[in-house]
Amino acid sequence: MAEPVISIRGLRKSYGDFEAVRGIDLDVERGEVFAFLGPNGAGKTTTVEILEGYRNRSGGEVSVLGEDPRHAGREWRERIGIVLQSCRLDPYLTVRESLTLFAGYYRQPHPVEEVIALVGLEGKADARASGLSGGQQRRLDVGMALVGRPELLFLDEPTTGFDPSARRQAWDVIAGLRDLGVTVFLTTHYMDEAQRLADRVAIISRGEVVARGTPENLGDRESRPATVSYAGPDGEVSLQTTTPVETLHELTGRALADGVDLEGLEVTRPSLEDIYLELTSEGEERAKREAM
Amino acid sequence: MSALALVAHQFRFDQKAFWRNPASVFFTVMFPVILLLIFATVFGDETVDVHGGIKTTTYYVPAIITLSVISATMQTLAMSLVIAREDGRLKRGRGTPLPPWVFIAGRIGNSIVVALIMMALIAVLGRVLYGVEIPWDRLPAIIVTLVVGAASFCCLGIALTAAIPSQDAAAPIVNAMLLPLYFLSGVFIPDDQLPSGVIHFADAFPIRHFFEAFFGAYVPVAGGGAGVEWGNLAIVAVWGAAGLLLAARYFRWTPRGG
Repeated sequence: MAEPVISIRGLRKSYGDFEAVRGIDLDVERGEVFAFLGPNGAGKTTTVEILEGYRNRSGGEVSVLGEDPRHAGREWRERIGIVLQSCRLDPYLTVRESLTLFAGYYRQPHPVEEVIALVGLEGKADARASGLSGGQQRRLDVGMALVGRPELLFLDEPTTGFDPSARRQAWDVIAGLRDLGVTVFLTTHYMDEAQRLADRVAIISRGEVVARGTPENLGDRESRPATVSYAGPDGEVSLQTTTPVETLHELTGRALADGVDLEGLEVTRPSLEDIYLELTSEGEERAKREAM
Repeated sequence: MSALALVAHQFRFDQKAFWRNPASVFFTVMFPVILLLIFATVFGDETVDVHGGIKTTTYYVPAIITLSVISATMQTLAMSLVIAREDGRLKRGRGTPLPPWVFIAGRIGNSIVVALIMMALIAVLGRVLYGVEIPWDRLPAIIVTLVVGAASFCCLGIALTAAIPSQDAAAPIVNAMLLPLYFLSGVFIPDDQLPSGVIHFADAFPIRHFFEAFFGAYVPVAGGGAGVEWGNLAIVAVWGAAGLLLAARYFRWTPRGG
């Protein structure tokens, strides 16, 4: 198996007495979209800024594209693209100019017109950044991170504060990166964003990874008890079961035999949202206990 | 791209952004022109008691060029770098392969070119409107003085960003430093109106020395030398070097707020 694009072992970061990151292990494989999901203040941005080479770590090992970001230089920066959590672009340059400016920083940039099409700003190529909507500015920002032909792209909360249609457009752009073969490290606090975009997800809470997996099996979702609920003659019933097929068979067989209807019959698994909230609130409670 | 081509690339876009920014065009380009027109209109027929008496307009042309150079360099750089820093643009640039010094060199180049353009503009206005001779024979001395001064005030501007915590604080801090010194250094009020104590005080700062150096280069005196006031220029350069050291130590690429 190829070497992971990002490899993190026992990563720690403290600010004074506060431990923002408390021993994280992660691997990100080439070509995947990896989502780092967690509530605000969980340590996402600290971690991603260590990976980007902006911050020094307090402990642990980090390798990004085979190098320690702390010591990586210009060659390494040729291979990565960064979209910061908040960055206002130069208001007086047009979309095409901003991309041309950044293209000049790299040895083998993508043609600017291709990047404009990739981020869906064809109609705005000659508009200044000050005349773009928030969503369009963020797509230009992504384009500026892509123009250097990066192997690895960092996206720190790319759609925070967007309206639904702007989010959907940003998602389309990010989903399209898979076709370019770019590895994406995405941080987000939106469950649906991770679910929609990521191949694999790690949930971070209070500086620790509390769950990891594909969006489907995260937090052992598959093996958790299902809930069977219906309205019977005696009112609302809700059953927890690890064998929903058997339970349903028994239930419906009895109902048929007795000639009763099971109104509103449904089988539900905990949603990703439920698991996310459960995992991250566990982290919060543990932190409270430790603080006492 | 070679390093020099990369500086030129950065410079090209800095120029575009500068000329499209209404604040920089007003304060750096229009404001000095307006000042020249006002001073010339109000005091135009009087004489200033320096060099045995010269026309007020002859005094104000090099004075306003001095102000324009400082505005194009120290003021423009301090304000635009703080804005870019707080917007996150400096941090973003650090995430690219662009060497940091190339970015700074592009900005300094932008400031020096604007300073040269402003000198030409004020000199031509002075000649056309008020008949203030352009001293063509002293052009080398003028260029040397301007470039040394511009580079020094660029360094001071970059150093000053370290003392500016936010975008909102940039204009007040820069103006609070520069405006009083323009008055005290004889840029707004001619030397012969200023008490000698004031001039001694202003001598502690670089604006007075740059003004004297530029005035000396620009205004021909009977029996004058080549025009470069090496003493004053050296003091300006020492200030610039101090600014460079402070900038190297304290300049930051990441936002201070948030």
